[in-house]
Amino acid sequence: MKSHPLIRMLDRGSTLFLVLLAAFAIAIPVLNLMVPAGSALHVSTYLVALLGKYVCYGLLALSIDLIWGYVGILSLGHGAFFALGGYAMGMYLMRQIGSRGVYANPILPDFMVFLNWKELPFFWYGFNHFAYAALMILLVPGLLAFVFGWFAFRSRVTGVYLSIITQAMTYALLLGFFRNNFGFGGNNGLTDFKDILGFNVQAETTRNALLVISCLALGVCFLICRAIVTSKFGKVLVAIRDAEARTRFMGYRVESYKLFVFTVSACMAGVAGALYVPQVGIINPSEFAPGNSIEAVIWVAVGGRGTLIGAVLGAFVVNYTKTFFTTGLLAPYWLFVLGGLFIGTTLFLPRGIVGTWAHWRAGVKEKSEAARSAAAEDGMLPTAGSPSTQPSAAE
Amino acid sequence: MRRLFERFAIALLMVGILAAGTLTARAAAYEDALPKFTLDSFSDTADAVDAIAGSGSPHAAALLQALKDQRLLFSATDKKVLIKTADGKLTDAATGQPFTAAPPADLDNVRLNNRLRNLIDAALGALTLMAPDAGKRYDAAQSVFKSRDASAASALDKAIAAEKDAGVKKVMQEARAALTLADESASPADKVAAITIIRDRGDQDAMALLQSLPADSPKEVLAAAGDAKAKIERNLALWSTVQNFWYGLSLGSVLLLAAIGLAITFGVMGVINMAHGEMVMLGAYTTFVVQEIIRTRYPGLFDYSLAIALPLAFLFSAIVGIIIERSVIRFLYGRPLETLLATWGISLVLQQAVRAAFGPTNKEVGNPSWMSGAFDLGGILITYNRLWIIVFTAIVFVALLAMLRFTRLGLEMRAVTQNRAMAAAVGIRTARIDALTFGLGSGIAGIAGVALSQIDNVSPNLGQGYIIDSFMVVVFGGVGNLWGTLVGAMTLGIANKFLEPFAGAVLGKIAILVFIILFIQKRPRGMFALKGRAIEA
Amino acid sequence: MYTVVQTAAKRPTARKWLAAAAGLAIAATGAMAPAKAADTIKVGILHSLSGTMAISETTLKDTMLFLIDEQNKKGGLLGKKLEAVVVDPASNWPLFAEKARELIAKDKVAAVFGCWTSVSRKSVLPVFKELNNILFYPVQYEGEESERNVFYTGAAPNQQAIPAVDYLMSKDGGSVKRWVLAGTDYVYPRTTNKILEAYLKSKGVKDEDIMINYTPFGHSDWQTIVSDIKKFGSAGKKTAVVSTINGDANVPFYKELGNQGIKATDIPVVAFSVGEEELAGLDTKPLVGHLAAWNYFESIKTPENAAFIKKWQAYTKNPKRTTNDPMEAHVIGFNMWVKAVEKVGTTDPDKVIDALPGITAANLTGGTSTMLPNHHITKPVFIGEIRADGQFDVVWKTKGLVPGDAWSDYLPGSKDLESDWVKLKCGNYNKVTKKCGGSAS
Repeated sequence: MKSHPLIRMLDRGSTLFLVLLAAFAIAIPVLNLMVPAGSALHVSTYLVALLGKYVCYGLLALSIDLIWGYVGILSLGHGAFFALGGYAMGMYLMRQIGSRGVYANPILPDFMVFLNWKELPFFWYGFNHFAYAALMILLVPGLLAFVFGWFAFRSRVTGVYLSIITQAMTYALLLGFFRNNFGFGGNNGLTDFKDILGFNVQAETTRNALLVISCLALGVCFLICRAIVTSKFGKVLVAIRDAEARTRFMGYRVESYKLFVFTVSACMAGVAGALYVPQVGIINPSEFAPGNSIEAVIWVAVGGRGTLIGAVLGAFVVNYTKTFFTTGLLAPYWLFVLGGLFIGTTLFLPRGIVGTWAHWRAGVKEKSEAARSAAAEDGMLPTAGSPSTQPSAAE
Repeated sequence: MRRLFERFAIALLMVGILAAGTLTARAAAYEDALPKFTLDSFSDTADAVDAIAGSGSPHAAALLQALKDQRLLFSATDKKVLIKTADGKLTDAATGQPFTAAPPADLDNVRLNNRLRNLIDAALGALTLMAPDAGKRYDAAQSVFKSRDASAASALDKAIAAEKDAGVKKVMQEARAALTLADESASPADKVAAITIIRDRGDQDAMALLQSLPADSPKEVLAAAGDAKAKIERNLALWSTVQNFWYGLSLGSVLLLAAIGLAITFGVMGVINMAHGEMVMLGAYTTFVVQEIIRTRYPGLFDYSLAIALPLAFLFSAIVGIIIERSVIRFLYGRPLETLLATWGISLVLQQAVRAAFGPTNKEVGNPSWMSGAFDLGGILITYNRLWIIVFTAIVFVALLAMLRFTRLGLEMRAVTQNRAMAAAVGIRTARIDALTFGLGSGIAGIAGVALSQIDNVSPNLGQGYIIDSFMVVVFGGVGNLWGTLVGAMTLGIANKFLEPFAGAVLGKIAILVFIILFIQKRPRGMFALKGRAIEA
Repeated sequence: MYTVVQTAAKRPTARKWLAAAAGLAIAATGAMAPAKAADTIKVGILHSLSGTMAISETTLKDTMLFLIDEQNKKGGLLGKKLEAVVVDPASNWPLFAEKARELIAKDKVAAVFGCWTSVSRKSVLPVFKELNNILFYPVQYEGEESERNVFYTGAAPNQQAIPAVDYLMSKDGGSVKRWVLAGTDYVYPRTTNKILEAYLKSKGVKDEDIMINYTPFGHSDWQTIVSDIKKFGSAGKKTAVVSTINGDANVPFYKELGNQGIKATDIPVVAFSVGEEELAGLDTKPLVGHLAAWNYFESIKTPENAAFIKKWQAYTKNPKRTTNDPMEAHVIGFNMWVKAVEKVGTTDPDKVIDALPGITAANLTGGTSTMLPNHHITKPVFIGEIRADGQFDVVWKTKGLVPGDAWSDYLPGSKDLESDWVKLKCGNYNKVTKKCGGSAS
């Protein structure tokens, strides 16, 4: 491949994705704000809030795909970074309430007042400034990922072991944030937000703005991901995914590569969480629940691991299914559907929607060599299973 | 010393004479007290209990026992009080004769509250000190010890004199000592002697008794009490360490039971079975179904319900496990991360299926009589259900170890664990071994469910509560090594229980998780990792 | 290898699947379009039917379906049939907010009955305020809240916790002098225990006679804590445990109590979250005499209650189906809402909200509950002892009804606050500064 890096980065699929994302980010607010409510084209505010949430989930899925799809790190604790980013944003929003809380205390958030806290804990300092909060949104998840990754990758914890300890990490955080003594509102978390940067969080315009910003963040992160995976650096990542030991023997410092991507991915998850909180209106410890992180992984699997676009698509599809199936008569069957998705995707759709589509198209195009080329590509496409793993591996 | 006892005895005798005098005077009180039961008010019932306890009537003990067991019935309109005997017949409480007339329409239990239960226990304690059954006398003495009911003193003295059983006698003397301490008129010397007896009892109750001594007691009494308290405290501190250790052992065995099936599937097949917790849940629900059938059809078999449930739970979970292996997991070998996701999906489906079949609420699984209650061992209380779970875990562990060591299946499993390709090459049907291993792991989870049904909720969420802990145990202990799982489970259990008193349950658990995360950095494959090339994939 | 990755993505196929994705999104939008307006009045039911809270909430969904069915048999409301809209927030708090929005904005329900945990209520609160709808919340909670759009039909702390402690301090309750406040570590127990601690101290209980202990959700190994309680209880003073332990953790807790031989006569445990439903999963024989404080017990003998239980069991076709306190709260709340709607002749939330304070409805225990201006209701308080058959035996009750107090007088932060949506139009009016705090401004 001798093309310019920028062209490599923006292949047709990516361009189309970005164009569609931009169209989406423009169309939804226009249809919501400009088109009168009675019109068939009107998009309700309910839908705006819902889609805003999906976009944040899409960004979380993107961050997981970056490390799982391209480096083979299956993190079952990415929800933790998402939640930490969310908490950082939540703390900013809490401080913005100021004396409009129910106890009218200008400094202490409500939950501290009724638990008789006398002063603000030190880690809440500074969160009244948006810039500081924004820094923390990147810094806290990033730092945790850096420290955690530094320990884990240096001592070559891989495969399922890594998955399990990431799960332990998010579980420990879950327990910690549940504690009221931790100073983050315990089980109830942070809620009852008033405004963000001076705008009322509940106003329709703010919701649309948040949706647009979320799309923007998704687009930027997508570009970052593309930049990473299409660079030489990205090639090393894929090498690590497919044969870690061989890459190491070739002289690459595998730990550093992994650590960098893991940290970047955690920051992205943090941003997703931060954008998610004002749109949903609450952040609480249940976001740390190991089940949530596992669910996020399945979005990626459904959409197509190692395709980036697929991750976003998967997040939309699964979450829409969730919205659809948790209403009315279908409600008791939601867990069957979700469970079925997990099983069905891994068994019958190991490449996910996007991967399968691409694979199928490849097959159609090269009709003449269909059988052979498909078989050959099988091992080379970013399939879900890494081909070098042997059944005997107790990995 | 002897002099002291003489004086003590004389004092006791005098109290006894006094009490006997009042007895005859209150003999008619029994009949007078009965109508108070028909008023359906707690304070009237309390008065009646007091009067009847002091009446000396031969029917008193039977009536109080009936009241305690909720077998005392009353009719407000007829002003009648009846006792329902254990076999369902009615007798007239006033006369003790069978009640032959038609029972009144508004017959109802005499209601109790905790204050009344305490009163009844105290009164019964005094009344049953001379019961023929040693166990009853023991209980009676204990309840006098707790109630410190001064009116029981004379009965207690008589009972001590007549008592042959050394164990019961000791408790009676302790009870007597407790009464002496509570008696304001007792001499300081008697009190000091009583403190010595109490000190030798050495448990929490003794401590409580000494702490409740009034601060204005004579100096020598307070000094003796101080020494005794210090001694008991040392004693208790020692025992509390033992107790923490015991609790840790018990928690560890629960963890081991939950994790051991996982260790097998994970170790042999490298399969992360996230649905493992649900296998445990299925075992618990099997126990529930077995108990339900026994309750409705063969109530006599209740004590054997767990023994019946065990093989059924094993079989049921094993079959479900084999079905899962054949239908899903075998297609995913060599892709451990995908297996993890698929089994997570299975766990969701199983949970919701159980919720749909049995409803979302907890199901009642009873403790058979041999698993209820507790006994004292030195200074700690050992509950039977925990004891049996530890014993049971040990049996399962040894049986599993023996199976892996001495049977053909075990040999083949170990071969597959160590080198799958070579095992296949020498003619082992690895696919069959995989299915059987998965079935075995799931079956063991099933019997873990039988045990856990005794201490935890039987609800669709049962499994989720254990899955993360089980993983921690397996990863910490090291994969493919049952001893590692044993050491891992026990270490985590005991560490947890020693941390809990200092850090609290939540922080203790967080500390353990952080410890495991750090430990994995040090030894990425756990404490007892299998060595060899096959493992380095 | 990577080259293949790129070539695969570079192919024009990408355009097609993106088109497909767009098509899917459009289809989704279509499916989400608002339902057609019908001549029914829709009532939203927002209770988890899956996940950890399904254990408690499923029965409330059934209760609401039953009540709506009953109302329709009586001819509906304002000449229209009621229609239940059931959603499943799956014990997931953000999903609660999404589903609340869906009920109000998409399904256009007239009122919502739902939530169990405080956090679920907190997460839907902004939605109800923004879209101006009505939520009836049926569960006992920590108080410290009074919102215009929420009606709290469960107990506030002064309708459950404080009477329970009063009872235990009385002679009949055993003249308790020493207290263990044991709870799950979340907001309801924390706040309730803060209130109780302040209350006990105001009654002269010393610091060393109060032990506070918190455990995580779903705590299952109670050996250490139960033995600590035993130790604490053997200091020579009558001791009681006030338990705010949450649902799932109760079964192992009580099992451990029973096995360690702690009888109700030694150390009684009074619980605020253990009702008939929770006891159904337990062998209650070793627990006889332990207490619970509620505003309703299934065993209370009144004609209203007997009739309700009979109809309920007929509706669910299960002669053993139990009833419990939050169910009664829904019964009261639903009847109040029906009366208020009939009074103003419309389901318009603003009018109904204004009409609700002052509305009365018969409760199932023989009294008449009133909706107060602070959006809480008056309720009787009962203390029940666990019986061997898993029911409760009422051993004490308050004289008359207790009005729910939104802001506890025993917390320094809230003792000056007052809620009155009728005269003051304010949920958190500060009596000292004479200002309406925060949210209403």
